[in-house]
Amino acid sequence: MSAERGIQALLAASMLASLALGVVYFTGIGGAPLEGILLTVALGGVGGAIVVWAIALMHGPPETEPREPLYSGEETHEAVGEALDLESITRRRFLVRMLAGAGTLLAAALVLPAFSLGPRPERELFETGWRRGLRLVGDDGEPIRAADVAVEQVATVFPEGAVGRPDSGTMLIRLRPSDLQLDPERQAWAPDGFVAYSKLCTHAGCPVGLYRAEDRVLICPCHQSTFDVTRGAMPVFGPAARPLPQLPLEIDDQGYLVAAGEFSAPVGPSFWNLTHDQEPAEPAGEG
Amino acid sequence: MLHWIDSRLGVASWARSGLRKIFPDHWSFLLGEVALFCLVVLVLTGVFLTLFYIPDAELVVYEGSYAPLVGHEVSRAYASVLDLSFEVRAGLVMRQIHHWAALVFVAAITVHLMRVFFTGAFRRPREINWLVGIGLLLLSLAMGITGYSLPDDLLSGTGLRIIYSAVIGIPIIGPYLAFLLFGGEFPTETIISRLFVFHVMLFPALLIGGVLVHLAILWRQKHTQWAVPGATERNVVGRPFWPSQVFKSTGLLLLTSAVLAFMGGVVQINPIWTYGPFDPNTVSAPAQPDWYVGWLDGALRLFPPVEFTVLGITIPTVFVPAIVIPGIAFAIMTLWPFIEPRLTGDHDEHHILERPRDNALRTSIGVAGLLVFVVLTVAGGNDVAALVLNVPVETTTELLRIGFFVVPLAGFAVTYRICRELQRRTDVADPRRPVRLRRTATGGFEEVEQGPGR
Repeated sequence: MSAERGIQALLAASMLASLALGVVYFTGIGGAPLEGILLTVALGGVGGAIVVWAIALMHGPPETEPREPLYSGEETHEAVGEALDLESITRRRFLVRMLAGAGTLLAAALVLPAFSLGPRPERELFETGWRRGLRLVGDDGEPIRAADVAVEQVATVFPEGAVGRPDSGTMLIRLRPSDLQLDPERQAWAPDGFVAYSKLCTHAGCPVGLYRAEDRVLICPCHQSTFDVTRGAMPVFGPAARPLPQLPLEIDDQGYLVAAGEFSAPVGPSFWNLTHDQEPAEPAGEG
Repeated sequence: MLHWIDSRLGVASWARSGLRKIFPDHWSFLLGEVALFCLVVLVLTGVFLTLFYIPDAELVVYEGSYAPLVGHEVSRAYASVLDLSFEVRAGLVMRQIHHWAALVFVAAITVHLMRVFFTGAFRRPREINWLVGIGLLLLSLAMGITGYSLPDDLLSGTGLRIIYSAVIGIPIIGPYLAFLLFGGEFPTETIISRLFVFHVMLFPALLIGGVLVHLAILWRQKHTQWAVPGATERNVVGRPFWPSQVFKSTGLLLLTSAVLAFMGGVVQINPIWTYGPFDPNTVSAPAQPDWYVGWLDGALRLFPPVEFTVLGITIPTVFVPAIVIPGIAFAIMTLWPFIEPRLTGDHDEHHILERPRDNALRTSIGVAGLLVFVVLTVAGGNDVAALVLNVPVETTTELLRIGFFVVPLAGFAVTYRICRELQRRTDVADPRRPVRLRRTATGGFEEVEQGPGR
């Protein structure tokens, strides 16, 4: 008897909640939390009621039914074989082979439209917006004058005319020239202690946006790859294996920072033929 | 009514036996049902969301009621999710229920899979349904990842970028495959509308079709059962489908929905307005994905920086953790019903379940696999762990690298010992073990020796 009372109470609560949902909806009061709670009562009331019903009011001992074997027996299998009668088809060998050939070619032909889904990678993975002579600009599009940047200052820069271009974001950092330990062939890439590295992590392509000034490293927030900016952005911790590509810099007659060439390697995550670049970026030289 | 239908479809005798069909009763058999009911909630809320969401990457100026973003350029997709959250009445609660249901869906599938694994329910004749189940797990993960990316916010955009990086890193075919999937070099304008088609059309069709196959096979083969009194390999002991099971299952459907409605109403999830719109040049930190992807992110974080070039082919450092390790994990899981008989030589049909302790080797292997998942998931939050423990992230990473090898091995050894010990105790000293007693001539009792087995 008390189970029945309980079921009645649950169903009544559900009814009230459903009605309240109508009020809440049409008046617009409440918002997500109230809607969620009323929905919980409306659903849970009915759900609880029928579970209690099943547990408390459906008695009787467990019942048993036989489990017939799934296997149908040899005789049936033979009968299936006769019904299939594959021999009547496979004895026409030449026709079967032609059918298989036509089917294969048809399948290949039907797959062709899938290649419309994307272009064939050409030079995209090797190129960015950077060209020799392009000025570095901030995300406001303003060119950057070397004299305006303090030592230890960090900025995200783009090639002029391509602000926001996803593969061209670059971290510009000014250090004291004496702090830099670049390879000899890269000495000329860092006028007045300016170094610039691709902002795309060489691990999984996240923007390497964190600069830790105390040990002069760039850190990728996704997987914590850490790059030493004084040594050509060599990876010093984390899963990245390649240094961040470096952008050779120079300072033009008016004192603005400009690219002295393209990145030293393809930017972003590695891919199998990244060393196959036909036109490797040459150091800028003295130009 | 029955007369009308039966004279047209001839289903009355099928209905009679179906209504009387016996289903074994145990709480652990309901885990798969919870997953099924999450799917019901996902479909219902998902249809609602689809009617408001706009899969368009074109930039528009946001002019809705969320003040901090007014005047900002955002994609139409992102703006439509903001509108769904702030302008559409009942939109936010629907969105949040959908997201919570997705998380619980994958969780319920995972726990259901563990139940099937640790009790040996996948053994002959149920190998095919195990394969169907693995396919459903993969589809549910694909649904989760594609759905997570649709709002075009900063967090999900970063997730997509990492997926792109994993695909492009596959030797030889990677760049071609990545360009086909994404329509070019990341980020592309087409990816949002493509994900949408996969999320609302292809994957749901496969998922629902797969679920129907999964259930049809279950119906045909009949459910496994525990070794309850009266249960044998040749029968099914339990309650009839109607009314007992139908009432309980419908109740469970409504109670599952009620819990999801509560979470969706009260517990905020994926507030994309605080993440901001996707911008390829920024990223938020710390960034963690939904729980079921964390282990892959953890693998990416733990794997050492190894990248080498053989015969002109570079093997990127992401290839092993993002493609090879999950590939091996899923291959072992998929093939387990065929691996285990080779180890044990047991090719028999089984309808009575084993308790985890009954099969120490399987249980220990399962625990080790689970611990690999746990360590990698923790590694997916190595930066958060470092923050909480107030140690450098280098420390947590190195510890987790060691843990990746040590914890599963230790788990294997400990589990094996526990199983063996439990087996020994069940055999000798289980107070609930049924014994047959005989009254002796002196008035005492003695146990009658019985054959082996429980």
